[in-house]
Amino acid sequence: MSLADQARGDLKLTGLHKRYPNGFVAVESLDLVIPQGSFFALLGPSGCGKTTTLRMVAGLEEATKGTIHIGDQDITHAKPYKRPVNTVFQNYALFPHLTIAENVAFGPKRRGAKDPAADVKEILALTELTEQAGKRPAQLSGGQQQRVALARAIINRPDVLLLDEPLGALDLKLRRAMQLELKRIQDEVGLTFVHVTHDQEEAMTMADTVAVMNKGRIEQMGAPYDLYTNPHTTFVANFLGRSNLIKGKVVGREGTGADAVVKVDMHGTIATIKASKVHTTSDEGWVGIRPEKVLIQPEGQTIDAPGAALSGAVVVDASYIGVSTDYTLRMPWGQEITCFEQNTGRRGGLIPVGTKVDVSWRPEFAFLLDSAQDVEAGLEED
Amino acid sequence: MTRLGSWIGKHLMLTLGILVLLYMYIPNFIVALMSFNDSSESRNLYQFQSFTWDNWLNPCAPQGMCESLRVSISIGLLATLGATIIGTLAAFALVRHRFEGRSTMNLVLFLPMATPEIVMGSSLLALFVAAGFGGQLGFWTILIAHIMFCISFVVVTVRSRLAGLDSNLEKAASDLYANEWQTFWRITFPLVFPGILSAALLAFSLSFDDFIITNLNSGTTVTFPMFVWGAAQRGVPMQVNVIGTLMFLVALAIVIGGEVANRRRAKGRAAAL
Repeated sequence: MSLADQARGDLKLTGLHKRYPNGFVAVESLDLVIPQGSFFALLGPSGCGKTTTLRMVAGLEEATKGTIHIGDQDITHAKPYKRPVNTVFQNYALFPHLTIAENVAFGPKRRGAKDPAADVKEILALTELTEQAGKRPAQLSGGQQQRVALARAIINRPDVLLLDEPLGALDLKLRRAMQLELKRIQDEVGLTFVHVTHDQEEAMTMADTVAVMNKGRIEQMGAPYDLYTNPHTTFVANFLGRSNLIKGKVVGREGTGADAVVKVDMHGTIATIKASKVHTTSDEGWVGIRPEKVLIQPEGQTIDAPGAALSGAVVVDASYIGVSTDYTLRMPWGQEITCFEQNTGRRGGLIPVGTKVDVSWRPEFAFLLDSAQDVEAGLEED
Repeated sequence: MTRLGSWIGKHLMLTLGILVLLYMYIPNFIVALMSFNDSSESRNLYQFQSFTWDNWLNPCAPQGMCESLRVSISIGLLATLGATIIGTLAAFALVRHRFEGRSTMNLVLFLPMATPEIVMGSSLLALFVAAGFGGQLGFWTILIAHIMFCISFVVVTVRSRLAGLDSNLEKAASDLYANEWQTFWRITFPLVFPGILSAALLAFSLSFDDFIITNLNSGTTVTFPMFVWGAAQRGVPMQVNVIGTLMFLVALAIVIGGEVANRRRAKGRAAAL
C-alpha cells in the first residue's frame, strides 16, 4: 500500500537544491533535519525559497539536486500522491463541488478506506465543523474554510503536515485564535508540522524551532527565544523583530569561558558584549540592541544599568501607543535609534520631543554582528 | 427636473425594456401563431386565415421537410460530438501546457470565428473539389465543415472555464492521494463540465443553424435551413412554423431547466445554512 503505513521518522533534507529553468535559484543546498513530532517554522520574506522547499517536500516541485527522506525512506522523486505528506494550501484549495464531509473524506477514500464516515466525524468534531458537514466550501467563513483544509489533511495522519501560510488570508483577530487552535490540534494529533510563514510573530508563537530563510539559504535556526536574543546576522536581527545596529570597533577582550566579554568602542563610548553573542571575526562590527532593551533618561539622571551611557542623544519623536511609547532618538553622530518604553507610570508622562537624553542598556542584552553585512538586510521586506 | 428624472426612472426605462423584449420576441410569437394557420384555401401564406390543428397533427406533410430536419439533427449531433471532443482537448492543451507556438495557436484558433462564412465556405468547396471529392459533396462534407467551424467556439468556451479553474485544486487532489486519472475524473472534469456542456449546446445550435457554408458544400443533400430557404421561393409551408415553434420550446425548456436546477441548488444551500 502507500508509504504512509510504514514507520515514521524525522524529515531530513540533504543538499536540497532548486534551480528553475530560467536560472533562478530558489533553494541553495539546504540541509535540514526536522525531528518527528515537532512544530517547525520556515520563516522568511517572499521569494526566500521557503514555499519552494515546502513544495519539494510535498512533491509538487522537483528538486534539482539533493534528497528528501522521512525516516529511512527516500521520497525525493516519489509522486505527490505516494508520499506520507499532506499540505494545507495557502488559499485552502477546497474542492468547491464537494461538501465539507466529502472534502474531508477525499484522502481516505483515495487510499481505499471502505467507510471513512467515523473518521470524518471524529476529525470534524476535533476541528469544530460538525454542523458544517453537509455544506459546500463557498458557504463557509474564512476561518471555517481554513479548518476544513486542516481537517482534510490531518484525517490522513500524514508523517509530515505542511502548512503554506495557512493563516495569511485571515484577519488579525481570527489569525490569533487559529494560531492557538493549530497548536492545540498539533498537541492532540502529535504529527510533525512544517509551517511556512513570513509573519515572524506567528512563527515565534507557534513553533518549537524556527528556521529563518533568506535567498534560498537558512540564515539561522533555533528556538524563538534564542533567535530573538542572540541573532547571528543583520538579516535575522532586522527580520525577526527590530534592532538598533550601531557601528563599533573591538578594543579588547576580557575573561574566559562563560564570563568572556568583548569591549567595543561605539563612537567613543565603550560597550561590553558577552562573547557568546559576538558573531564577527574582524575588528569592526555592528553592536545590536533591541529597542525594548534600550533605557533612556533625561540628561544627568541615573539609568538603572551598569556600564557607560551614551550621552548627547535628542528625542526627535515620541509616539504614545498605550502600553508603551516609541521614542526615536538622534545620536550625536547623526544615527537615529529606537527605544520602546513600557508605560509603567513611573515616569509620569512622556519625555517631550527635543529633550536631551542619556541612553544605555544592560550589557547582557547586546550582540555584535559582522560589519561586512548589510545593516539594512531584512528591513522593509514582507 | 428630479421629478422628471424619477418619472423617467419609473416609466421610461420600463417601457423601453418592454419594447426591446417585444422587438426580440414578436417574431417567435408570429411563428407560433402561424403554425396554427389554415393555409389550404389561400395562396397568401403570410396572412392568418383561420385556426387549425392540421399543421401540428401532420408536421411532416410537406415533402422532404422532415427528411431535411433529420439530416440537420444528425449532422448537428455528430458535429457537436466531434467539435466538443477536439475543442476540449485543444483547450486543455492551450491552458495547461507551455509549448512553443502557444500564443500563435491561440490566435490561429480564434481566426475562423472572425472569417466571413462565405469565404470559409467557398474555400472549403475549392478544397473538396481540388481533393477530388467534388462528386461526393453531401452529408460527410457538411459534417466536416461543421466540425471545423464549431471547434473555435468550443475552444474559446472551454478555455475560459478552464482558465478560471484554480490549478491548486488539482495539486490538492494529488496531495490527497489521487493519481492523475482520479484527479481528472473527480476534480477537473466535474468542475469544467458546465463549460463543456455550454460549448456543446453552442456547437449544436451553430451547426443546426448554418446555411452559407452548408449550401456551398452540400451537393444534393438538403438540411433544414436549406429546405426553408428553398421553400421560401414558393411560399413557406405552415409546418415550418411548427418546427420553428418546437425548436423555440426546446430551447426554452433547456433554459428553464437550467434555471430550476440552479434555484434548487441555491435553495439547498440556503436550507443548509
